[in-house]
Amino acid sequence: MIEVKDITKTYGQGDTAFQALKGVSFKIEDGEFVAIMGPSGSGKSTIMHILGCLDTPTSGSYHLDGKDVSKLSDEDLAEIRKDKIGFVFQSFNLLPRTTVLRNVMLPLIYAGVGEEEREKRAKQSLMAAGMVETHFMHKSNELSGGQIQRVAIARALVNDPSLILADEPTGNLDTKTGEIVLGTFQKLNREHGCTIVLITHEADVAEHAKRIITLRDGVITSDKKHQQRPARAHHEAQTS
Amino acid sequence: MTIKDTLEETYAALSANKTRSGLTILGIVIGIASVIALVSVGQGASASISSSINALGSNLLEVLPGATRQFGAGVSAGRGTAKSLIQADSDAIASQVQNVQAIADEVTGSYQVAAGGNNTRVTVDGTSEAYPQIRNVAVDQGSYVTDAESVSLQKVAVLGPTVATDLFGTDPAQPDGLPADVIGQKIRINNIEFTVIGITVAKGGTGFGSQDNQIYIPLQTAERFLTGNSYLSTIDVQATGPDVMTQVQNDLTSLLLARHNITDATQADFNVLNQADILASASSITTTLTYLLGAIAGISLLVGGIGIMNMMLTTVTERTREIGLRKAIGARKSDISMQFLIEAVALTLIGGIAGIVLGSGISFLVSLSGIVHTSVSWQAILLAFGVSAAIGIAFGYYPARRAASLNPIEALRYE
Repeated sequence: MIEVKDITKTYGQGDTAFQALKGVSFKIEDGEFVAIMGPSGSGKSTIMHILGCLDTPTSGSYHLDGKDVSKLSDEDLAEIRKDKIGFVFQSFNLLPRTTVLRNVMLPLIYAGVGEEEREKRAKQSLMAAGMVETHFMHKSNELSGGQIQRVAIARALVNDPSLILADEPTGNLDTKTGEIVLGTFQKLNREHGCTIVLITHEADVAEHAKRIITLRDGVITSDKKHQQRPARAHHEAQTS
Repeated sequence: MTIKDTLEETYAALSANKTRSGLTILGIVIGIASVIALVSVGQGASASISSSINALGSNLLEVLPGATRQFGAGVSAGRGTAKSLIQADSDAIASQVQNVQAIADEVTGSYQVAAGGNNTRVTVDGTSEAYPQIRNVAVDQGSYVTDAESVSLQKVAVLGPTVATDLFGTDPAQPDGLPADVIGQKIRINNIEFTVIGITVAKGGTGFGSQDNQIYIPLQTAERFLTGNSYLSTIDVQATGPDVMTQVQNDLTSLLLARHNITDATQADFNVLNQADILASASSITTTLTYLLGAIAGISLLVGGIGIMNMMLTTVTERTREIGLRKAIGARKSDISMQFLIEAVALTLIGGIAGIVLGSGISFLVSLSGIVHTSVSWQAILLAFGVSAAIGIAFGYYPARRAASLNPIEALRYE
């Protein structure tokens, strides 16, 4: 469970200071699929960094699974990221010249999971993210854009995180491939109960979530439940 | 992260850019190889000079006549030219100085020697029975001159191997190439006929006058037929051990000063050469030479190390986004810095091992070429290994720190 209370974030000091977040509060329950939407400059990247424990807020509190993580040191944040958060980025998700399997195993390697166990879990995650076994030993630079994002999803999934954080995961994909990736998120949310936070500036993408939080100029302008729109060509996610 | 995982990551990273890794490693290879090769050449030269000096005999003191001095600012005719040592001096040393193992007198001169149609100019050394033991000379064929032959003024000669082959040619059928059936042949020294009774074992060049290119004859025969007087050109004194060399030297010096009625030691009409002193000064020269060669090679090693640092800094910059990604998925600072440090150490260790192999190879080739007999010591290899690891850590530390301290957000945004 995520609980964010009155978070602000200020960059810089004095005259050049810029307040990216001006008091943001929300709660996300386990198993939710939330989209955080807003144009560039709205503060959505900042909220993503704070939710992802890559950065800490200037003021306010952030409880992740009941633990206040807003005042932790860099080293402690790294521990939280390793155990509780899975990232899917817009681009450069995978290590180049490294096999799909090893990319997915990487968080488990850092977590010190044994060789057999991590291979088993990585394969399960890859299957869950809709990858087929013949691709497991491919190098990451031999994959298509959609495949890369699904491998990234598998990696985000592999340490069984409290939260999967996706930052514009379809930003570099064409519409059809984007739909497949979004379909993968929906399926994981529905079938595995994964908590997913999707950061996007496109309303079309945000509509795939069950709840949309809209940000503008560092404040929340709307936060509402929403009839989830199923991904088009959803079946391709399982077959291709 | 386990060691195995770290090594796998390192292999993947280094093999990703083989040319660059290879060239960086080459810098270390050249550095380490030149350290190993040059130090081995230096040590080889040092060992060969030491063994040359030792070949002259062990625990040896040589008493030589002093320089002939003319009155006033005259020209010194050089050490050993004065006629100041006589048989009685030698006998006094033998009877009055403690800890003398053996003593041998020599009368030397350079003479024309002929046998059949061949002739050569060599050092002819009038010696006694004790000489071979003191000066490490061994007889290959026949026998050495005896004191009995000296007393009875026998005209017999023992040839050095170089003289033997110069006068009688080589015999390829013999294992040492020495001519056979030389014993009993006649040779003429300064036009006086001598009978060959032996050939000595080859000792190789000593750098201080080869003992292979000498003829040994009985002492009194030399005095009677060649020099025509009874002055000695050298008294070889062998001490009983290395620890009493100084005592023997001091005692015989004061004995001879007293016998020659000289009160001022600086005006002595003889010189005493201590083999240990020669060895010490020669080895201090060669040690300095070895250090110098090592230092020159060390500079190339330093340049190699800077190459490592340069490559690692480039790598960190190139892989900024990868570092950001690794941090985002849970890598701690220590994981990142360890990864880059291990990469740097791996580069230098691979380079170090290749350098040791290459350096040993060069050292072996130098040995084969016969210039100097080199030896690669274990210490040199361990040192090279340690130095290369240390270079990896020293020059990899800064880039590794830089990688570890990158902010993950900025690293992920890096274009």
